[in-house]
Amino acid sequence: MSPGTRIIEVRQNVFKQNDLVARALRERFRDAGVFVVSMVSSPGSGKTTLLEKTLTRLQPQFRVAALVGDLATENDAVRLARSHARVKQITTGTLCHLEAAMVQQALEGWDLHDLDFLFIENVGNLVCPSSYDLGEDLRLVLMSVTEGEDKPLKYPTIFNSADVAILTKMDLAAAAEFDSQAAMHSIEAVRPGMVIMSVSAKSGAGLDDYLEFFRSCRAASHRAPARADAARRA
Amino acid sequence: MHELSIAMSIVELAEEESERRGGLRVRAVHLRLGLLAGVVKDALLSSYEMACEETSLAGSHLVVEEVPGVVYCPACDARRPVRSSEWFSCSACGGVASEIVAGKELEVVSLEVEP
Repeated sequence: MSPGTRIIEVRQNVFKQNDLVARALRERFRDAGVFVVSMVSSPGSGKTTLLEKTLTRLQPQFRVAALVGDLATENDAVRLARSHARVKQITTGTLCHLEAAMVQQALEGWDLHDLDFLFIENVGNLVCPSSYDLGEDLRLVLMSVTEGEDKPLKYPTIFNSADVAILTKMDLAAAAEFDSQAAMHSIEAVRPGMVIMSVSAKSGAGLDDYLEFFRSCRAASHRAPARADAARRA
Repeated sequence: MHELSIAMSIVELAEEESERRGGLRVRAVHLRLGLLAGVVKDALLSSYEMACEETSLAGSHLVVEEVPGVVYCPACDARRPVRSSEWFSCSACGGVASEIVAGKELEVVSLEVEP
């Protein structure tokens, strides 16, 4: 301590402001009956392709929408618009992650009661998003078979902060000489007991189980029954 | 490079606190930073200087106290220091131990202010 100064105690978490907004969002989502899933991964691991398939395949049964974060361009939103789901891009500029306040702002004017599922695609980054709670019910971390089986060991914090690991681009597994066992062992090392699913958005392999997982998580979260019943209520 | 946005949050938090107490002049901010918080100390220190520019905290210092990572090992039923931030295993038995007990701290502990 320098001379001529005094200390005042603060003891406050730096993420407090974000956590407060995230908590308010989580309550809003629960009250509106929308189940919220966020996706994190490194750039190019297939978040947008998988999300496009997810939105398209859930739509007959559920009302779905997505927020997509990117540093620049609205390309992802344009790609996802092909699914005919409601999609909004959040352009973060130079910021390498989404924060709860950005999600809150992007949802302005949305009636969340109109939705059963909301997906939030974070900026492609395996470091920064880990500390920012977005009010989601479920956080997915994606890892493609071309990235190397030890990725979880290199980025343990993000794997530790996520609920589910999705191995993507399984159609390339043989060409990439991907070792599934080694990858699962790496995930298990940083997050024992983590739910792990393998999918290929291109061939469709594994997608049925992956989508069924969301349905069962939504059902277990005691959200209002989807679409048909909601329409009857309204 | 999320250290800059974290530094900005720290400056905001410190400004709010000093204003709440009648506009104290802040000389230094004391921070506890966990090994597993996912924040690089050096990057945070240089970002802090930038984040302070044109605020009432301009010219103040960030003092960082590093907190080691501690995990719970179910096999030993004990708390153990982590070997590194890349490997969540027990330093005694080598078993998997991913339940983090300490090391995720990112907390403004106190402000050093002019009397």
